[in-house]
Amino acid sequence: MDKINYTTGKVVGVISNLVTVKVDGPVSQNEICYVKIDESELMAEVIKIIGDIAYIQVFESTRGLKVGTEVVFMQHMLEVTLGPGILSKNYDGLQNDLDKMDETFLKRGEYTFPLDEEKKWELQPIAKPGDTVVAGSWLANVKENWIDHKIMVPFTFEGEYVVKEVVPAGEYTIKDNIATIVDPRGHSIPLTMMQKWAIKKPIKAYKDKPMPSTILKTGVRIFDTMFPIAEGGTGFIPGPFGSGKTVLQHAIAKQADADIIIMTACGERANEVVEIFTEFPKLVDPRTGRTLNERTTIICNTSNMPVAAREASVYTGMTIAEYYRSMGLKVLLLADSTSRWAQALREMSNRLEELPGQDAFPVDLSSIISNFYARAGFVNLPNGASGSVTFLGTVSPAGGNLKEPVTESTKKVARCFYALSQDRADKKRYPAVDPIDSYSKYLEYDQVKDFLAKEVSPHWVSEIARSKNIILRGREAQEQINILGDDGVPLDYHLRFWKSELIDFVVLQQDAFDKIDGNTPLERQNFLLTFVLKICDSDFEFESFEEVNPYFKRIINAFKQMNYSEYQSENFNKYVTEIEHILKERSMKHDD
Amino acid sequence: MTTKAFQRIYTKITQITKATCTLRATGVGYDEMAVVAGRKAQVVKIQGEEVTLQVFAGTEGIPTDAEVVFLGKPPTVKVGDALSGRFFDAYGDPIDGGPAVEGDEREIGGPSVNPVRRQQPSKLIATGIAGIDLNNTIVTGQKIPFFADPDQPYNEVMATVALRAEADKIILGGMGLTHDDYLYYRNTFDNAGALDRIISFVNTTENPPVERLLIPDMALTTAEYFAYEHNQKVLVLLTDMTLYSDALSIVSNRMDQIPSKDSMPGSLYSDLAKIYEKAVQFPEGGSITIIAVTTLSGGDITHAIPDNTGYITEGQLFLRRDSDIGKVIVDPFRSLSRLKQLVIGKQTREDHPQVMNTAVRLYADAANAKTKLENGFDLSDYDERAIAFALDYSEKLLAIDVNIGTTKMLDTAWELFAKHFNKSEVAIKQEFIDKYWKD
Repeated sequence: MDKINYTTGKVVGVISNLVTVKVDGPVSQNEICYVKIDESELMAEVIKIIGDIAYIQVFESTRGLKVGTEVVFMQHMLEVTLGPGILSKNYDGLQNDLDKMDETFLKRGEYTFPLDEEKKWELQPIAKPGDTVVAGSWLANVKENWIDHKIMVPFTFEGEYVVKEVVPAGEYTIKDNIATIVDPRGHSIPLTMMQKWAIKKPIKAYKDKPMPSTILKTGVRIFDTMFPIAEGGTGFIPGPFGSGKTVLQHAIAKQADADIIIMTACGERANEVVEIFTEFPKLVDPRTGRTLNERTTIICNTSNMPVAAREASVYTGMTIAEYYRSMGLKVLLLADSTSRWAQALREMSNRLEELPGQDAFPVDLSSIISNFYARAGFVNLPNGASGSVTFLGTVSPAGGNLKEPVTESTKKVARCFYALSQDRADKKRYPAVDPIDSYSKYLEYDQVKDFLAKEVSPHWVSEIARSKNIILRGREAQEQINILGDDGVPLDYHLRFWKSELIDFVVLQQDAFDKIDGNTPLERQNFLLTFVLKICDSDFEFESFEEVNPYFKRIINAFKQMNYSEYQSENFNKYVTEIEHILKERSMKHDD
Repeated sequence: MTTKAFQRIYTKITQITKATCTLRATGVGYDEMAVVAGRKAQVVKIQGEEVTLQVFAGTEGIPTDAEVVFLGKPPTVKVGDALSGRFFDAYGDPIDGGPAVEGDEREIGGPSVNPVRRQQPSKLIATGIAGIDLNNTIVTGQKIPFFADPDQPYNEVMATVALRAEADKIILGGMGLTHDDYLYYRNTFDNAGALDRIISFVNTTENPPVERLLIPDMALTTAEYFAYEHNQKVLVLLTDMTLYSDALSIVSNRMDQIPSKDSMPGSLYSDLAKIYEKAVQFPEGGSITIIAVTTLSGGDITHAIPDNTGYITEGQLFLRRDSDIGKVIVDPFRSLSRLKQLVIGKQTREDHPQVMNTAVRLYADAANAKTKLENGFDLSDYDERAIAFALDYSEKLLAIDVNIGTTKMLDTAWELFAKHFNKSEVAIKQEFIDKYWKD
């Protein structure tokens, strides 16, 4: 280790995890420091400096901390270590490997290395001596589970370098030198498979960030059919407690058509993370035949873990996602819940005695959220490959009221809005995404429209718009029926209402716990919506309104059974025939 | 309590507010306990040599020359078998007239369990109450509150649940209990002959409100001792968490913090999560299950306290007085146990999930029929049968005075289905109809 003159300081004040330190040298904003207490060192971050007093937020409990305690400043910001071995790991918000901590209870000041130092990786060189490289250029490839993990020139490097040597194919650990590059002044720089990056800074080792043009398939119908999220897009799911946010996020984590899933459990329940720990290693991803945990990294800073590290956890997740994006991979980042992150900001802002904004949140909340969402996106890499980070966050609005600062700030930046409705949840209409209030801006993108026209059908986007209209008209009809009574409205109102119920029950509602219904491929979604719309377009003969309800209930029931059957199986076709039979009973003959 | 050889006594307080006092002192640790004029206090702020202490009992009558002694340690609780059957105050001192207990001294509010060292909860806790066992099954390691209006008999229901649950230890954390409620718990446990497995930490309305902030940590640190070190199934009862939160807001207000929604401190979510997340299933078999009470004002669940609680806990139970049968029931619509999926139909009979959902659906049909009736519409034959079913369902299953096993609950539900409906109206999977339908 080089001898560096670290700035040190002495604690002069403590209020909860906000500690003031009198320093003897230069310190920088957001610099990491360690507070020496008893036998251990507590990690902290500088959040404000006045004269020679640094205000630091300690990532752990400050119990027992005394005035005069020594603090050492590390000359770097909060960083993560990037390299092969991140997948399948369970990290805390500061990227400590939780599995390496042997004790049942978390120990204050215990930090564990996030990667495996001993493991040998099968390496294939990519770059050749003489190649000109820049930050993010691919030097070599290692197999991480089944994923091609690219070893890159560290993102912190500026300017161009020339490759002097890349080691031959073989097995290496993350600490071995695997390449040497030369800077313009002729200095040789040896490289390992590891690099570090400060989490609050976006990784920009890409050529450009074009408009998203494809959609990320999730197998969840209300997403893919009604409100698709673009690959490289952003979306958020606000909803009161009990409206099914977590079930929905878990379903997407299991099914999404992405190479890598990063799940950030930010200030949520520990038992929900335990569920992922328990289930993911057992679930097989049908597209690869490998278990789900092989493509998943979990960052968990549950609600009882230190609050300051909660804020770090979402950035840690984003940085890891950007790292894999730079390898040309399709990454989905999920964060549950961004409200807890905002609350962590609020607690600290409050201790710093900053003037509060709305609901006591810091005034810059909105810009913090928009900067964070801006890090997602589809990117073209300098070598012609492309990668993406799609970000989906949940928001837990206080009292279920969507007019609160976190929801409103997020709404300004996220392009998809999945409003979970208490009313739909109460009626057990899951997923409880409200089909009227929700939206996906991506359906207005020409690139996405072109993609859907080719991938699904030329009429797809207009069909989606039409089905939303049917739902809206159904809702209006229902209101009239409720006011005027069943027999106080024309028969047509009942028909309109039940057509919208048909779309609701058959397309929008989906049983996340059922193997087949829980995951619907896009092709099948196309078949389903087309079939349902054909019925909505038909005219039916009814004598009285009392016949409408049981008739449509029969259709819905047959559709539900169909949804539970394997696509195009014998059973499936049986229900298709059954539905067609039911339709014939009352379809208006056009030849009379 | 052992005092250090040269314990320094300070006698110059520089500032006194309603809840805190400040003095110049050195070598003091954050969170450390102190005694100010005989009253317990805790360090809440250190600024250079200025140390601010929160005096739990309030500062009324404290003079600027009061004696202040720092104890050199954070708040602790003594744990051991001797605690069984005893009642303590917020500091762990006996209030039942018995002697002080001997035991290992533990810091309260210790570290969290590493999430990867937890086990997925998987053992059902039977209470005999169908509104819970049938519709909202509770699992060991779960945390779930009753959301109740102050006039509802939540303390009675909690005591019943505690006595029926097969727990090795029951730890009661009483916050702002009225003296009568305290005596009620004491007598109920005593009469049931269950005192030997019950430990209570109680702050009554006669005690200073800020003291109650210590109660959950006292109860949960004790629970961790039995669950982790002795692999016991521990049930922790916390009543009333609304009064606990009120104490939090008093403190934050006196510390000049900016209040957020409903004048609660901005850290309310984290403060409550720190308590509820102590619920855990350990791989070695021990567990901590938390059943709490959050009283509502006028049934408003959007208030900051129930709202934050709902985001933390794994479901919530609502009590409701059913005027049709004149009894208190566990409301099947609004109540929810998030962890029930882990056990129903697995540890209970296979038909449990379907029977549960069907009964609630039919009960909802009855509610719709009642609305129809109120609006002056005619009832169909089905509507009338649904209403008759609802009456039976409330009386024989939902009422909290029912005490039967889960299998009996399922059989009862099947009897009610057959009594009021035909097979197609019930619409349960055919294989279960074939097996369990009661002709």
